[in-house]
Amino acid sequence: MNRRGPFAVLLVAALAVTLAFLILPIVAIFADTPPGDLIDSLGSDASRDALWLSLKTTLAALIVIVVVGTPAAYLLATREFRGKSLVVTAIELPLVLPPAVAGIGLLAAFGPKGIFGSALADAGIELVLETAGVIVALTFVAAPFYLRQAQAAFAAVDPDLLAAARTLGAGEPRAFWRVAIPCAGAGISTGMALAWGRALGEFGATLMFAGSFQGITQTAPLAIFASFSTDFPAALALSAVLVAVSAALLLAVKLLGRSPLLGGVQA
Amino acid sequence: MSSGLEARFAAGLREFELELELAVEPGTCLALVGPSGAGKSTVLRVIAGLHRPDSGSVALGERPWLDRERGVDLPPERRDCGYLFQDYALFPHLSAWRNVAFGLKEVPRRERRERATAVLSRFGAGELADAPPRELSGGERQRVALARALARDPALLMLDEPLSALDSTTAAAAGRELATTLAAAEGPAILVTHDFADAALLADRIAVIDRGRVIQSGSAAELSAQPGSAFVADFTGAAVLFGTARATASGTTVVALDGGGEVRSSDPAEGKVGVAVYPWEITLEPPGTEAHGSALNRIEARVTSVTEVGSRARIGLLAGQPLVAEITGESLARLGLAPGVGVVTTWKATATRLVAR
Repeated sequence: MNRRGPFAVLLVAALAVTLAFLILPIVAIFADTPPGDLIDSLGSDASRDALWLSLKTTLAALIVIVVVGTPAAYLLATREFRGKSLVVTAIELPLVLPPAVAGIGLLAAFGPKGIFGSALADAGIELVLETAGVIVALTFVAAPFYLRQAQAAFAAVDPDLLAAARTLGAGEPRAFWRVAIPCAGAGISTGMALAWGRALGEFGATLMFAGSFQGITQTAPLAIFASFSTDFPAALALSAVLVAVSAALLLAVKLLGRSPLLGGVQA
Repeated sequence: MSSGLEARFAAGLREFELELELAVEPGTCLALVGPSGAGKSTVLRVIAGLHRPDSGSVALGERPWLDRERGVDLPPERRDCGYLFQDYALFPHLSAWRNVAFGLKEVPRRERRERATAVLSRFGAGELADAPPRELSGGERQRVALARALARDPALLMLDEPLSALDSTTAAAAGRELATTLAAAEGPAILVTHDFADAALLADRIAVIDRGRVIQSGSAAELSAQPGSAFVADFTGAAVLFGTARATASGTTVVALDGGGEVRSSDPAEGKVGVAVYPWEITLEPPGTEAHGSALNRIEARVTSVTEVGSRARIGLLAGQPLVAEITGESLARLGLAPGVGVVTTWKATATRLVAR
């Protein structure tokens, strides 16, 4: 880094442009409105309902994803079986699916006229236009983010560590809890944060599958969309909150990843 | 009451079939030696229950661990073996004592720390109890891993390349400690190494493995003196004599051999050592010849075996301890060597390696 040739200048310029472009819209959210006005705009019922609903539904989706996804990711990381790459591809598919397609798919599967629609109705479960439907949509779009990260994290755990646990008298469940999870902790928490971030920002699939009813299915992104033509400051205020939460999430990921308690060990 | 290990199994590996039969008496150590990729580690994994063979059985005394025909296949946690992994496999998120305590599930929670620290102390690592593995040196890791493997008093001890992760100075000290541990072990032990000299120092019997099969087994001296094939001849490399070293003013080290006689080496050493000399460094002369060259080491010996391997001949010798020389078929004919014949062995001090024991 001592000699600064034209190439080094080019690299620095590229980074500067990238950074400016990515940061500018975020800064603009805060720069456009005085902080006092932002806080006032959050006072409306619609905004508070939306934030509260977003918090509830994303946490519920995250719990479902982690509880079911962690053992599934462990299986994918530690076993070889026929058709495994097919399974992995199927799990990753929602990552590249347009949100509108995800919404249609959910309707076709779980909607009133969908494949499981009548079965769900018989069981007394309503998803469409209900809060539960929001959770289903969030889980669908966010799960792959967690699964991918968790699988990679488990795969990176030295198999000898698990073997050592077994020879020390631990059954597979204990090896999973006491060794695999702590050793994959950094990757797992990253996956949780990514999935949570994705769920917080989810828009299209929720709108199509669950609708946009204040207090029931209108999450923060839907509320922003609903209010931006009528009440721009309120939309801006909600956006600012989401930026702050997302930034905090990102920061938490980086810090957790370094914590030795969560297995953030770069041996 | 300790029982011996008996195992015979076949397992398909990527490039060849692993097929072998081995028995290890209690209180003895068998070394599996061979080049990397010969299937040595898989043997340990099969015995520990970490790899399921296609067929075969593993039993410790009367207790079957695996019997594919009878449908017995105990999971690793129910086979009673202490396993030292190649890179020690210490849990990175647990301190040294918690690593050891991981295997002490049967000990009441309140007593675990005390017990774990006591075992660590036995391996000279008591003061490391609170250190996380990433702060330990290679030698310290090995001690913690050994303490962890032995804390449960396993019925069988298995060591996978215990010295290969260490630098040569540390390896010598760790090898000494390992020899003490193995000598004290009541059950059978299996050591995997690619280094014949390590095997000769630590094990009672050696099985040479290549491409999944035991191609020859016996004591280190037997293998070295009577290699069954050119592969074993090349692989066995140095013959090892045991003795006690002391430094001299001239800078050479004099080693008093355990079976009588003295040799000199240019390696510095003190105390109990193994003297390693390659068979092809040894010159044989008829008895009664006067010293005439630069070789400092001259020991009288008797021929015990003559094994021709291609154009070479391995001459097994007894010079207080077993020793091996390698000469050409031409020299063999000229010297008229046969079992019982006396010779003088000579080699240079600079061709004499000393390994701590």
